[in-house]
Amino acid sequence: MYTWIHKFGSPKHFYRIAGKVIPWTAAITVILFLYGLYGALITSPPDYQQGESARIMYIHVPAAWMSMFVYMILAVAGAIGLIWRIKIADVMAQASAPLGASFTVLALATGSLWGKPMWGTWWAWDARLTSELILLFLYLGYMGLTTAIEDKRTAARAGAILALVGVVNIPIIHYSVDWWNTLHQGATVTKFDKPSIHIDMLIPLLVMAVAFKLYYFTVVLVRARADVLFNERRSAWARDIVAKVKL
Amino acid sequence: MGGYGLYVWSSYALALVLLLGNLVAARVHRKKILQDLISRLRREKSS
Amino acid sequence: MTPTRRRRMIMVVMLIVGIGIAVGLAVTAFQSNLLYFIDPSEVVQGKAPENRNFRLGGMVKEGSVQREQDGLTVRFDVTDYAESVTIQYTGILPDLFREGQGIIANGKLNTQGVFVASEVLAKHDEEYMPPEVAASMKKPVMNNPGLETKK
Repeated sequence: MYTWIHKFGSPKHFYRIAGKVIPWTAAITVILFLYGLYGALITSPPDYQQGESARIMYIHVPAAWMSMFVYMILAVAGAIGLIWRIKIADVMAQASAPLGASFTVLALATGSLWGKPMWGTWWAWDARLTSELILLFLYLGYMGLTTAIEDKRTAARAGAILALVGVVNIPIIHYSVDWWNTLHQGATVTKFDKPSIHIDMLIPLLVMAVAFKLYYFTVVLVRARADVLFNERRSAWARDIVAKVKL
Repeated sequence: MGGYGLYVWSSYALALVLLLGNLVAARVHRKKILQDLISRLRREKSS
Repeated sequence: MTPTRRRRMIMVVMLIVGIGIAVGLAVTAFQSNLLYFIDPSEVVQGKAPENRNFRLGGMVKEGSVQREQDGLTVRFDVTDYAESVTIQYTGILPDLFREGQGIIANGKLNTQGVFVASEVLAKHDEEYMPPEVAASMKKPVMNNPGLETKK
């Protein structure tokens, strides 16, 4: 395990393994999206209360899950970068931030598009919506901080500390609907008893969730791989690769 | 879409724009880095 | 693990624990401000602010919805199954508004104890199912758990 981490942590191996993984995750992402969209838009039934507007959920819920998942990657990678000084961790964290911010924007916007017809308002300052908005500001703050600092190592360290400070927001987002009266409803799938969603809706939802996750891994690896090559541009292996590239 | 077409399709359209946008941005990022590294290598060789 | 790494690890853990405690205390102190709405029992117990807008949440009581002559004003009772309060509202109701559904109204109490709302929002529950399934279950919508108040 430990040697595996070190191997994957070495830039040369990371570049090689990521290059092999990307085409596979990309292909599976496309297949899952096609299957998930078919389920979400065509085969899944409308909801007994919300009618067809429930289809927004197939985008909204995976986006909201990803907004929190990517933030956890940011925090865990930040901690690894701080403690073990593994450079790949910093690269992964910084490549993840714009994706995480996009997922957060998508979750907030689709929530709004569903809230207007269903709740009767685009926005409410309840605990769930507000904490998700704070998550967006954490992402933007992280991106601002890491790009504003010239020195790469200082930038990574400052970003990691911000990411770790903000990690307290994640349980708040998740449990806000249980801890306080909110306009947002409680958890449907991620609760201890049986999910309160019909199986014909649950399957497309889970397929979309996996598609979003693989999409994230594909794109983050493309970005991180390029950054690794740039960081290692003075090493022999990186020069070999650059010499062979044809654009 | 039972009268909710505008809301549903806007959601899916926004998802498409954001996901494709991030993919294109990542590929452009990679291409820029490769171009930069190639020109650095050429400069080194010629000097 | 080397001593330096252990030291860094302890610092990371302390950072998270410290921030966690600080935020936990702050959140507990502002607990009441984080509540998006209060329920009818609290209104009946006189815990509602006077002469000031607040949000009231509850289930629309079955058979209580009455439309006035003008076609836009509605009167209905909201209940938390212990107490109920009458709401009067003029305007367009959200699509999810129906009897037995959870709602949140923003407004204030008048002198007769009627809650005059300037805004009515529908609260959704966490159930998702096709209409046929809901019909076959013949589930009384009153059992809809969307608006259980959290303490």
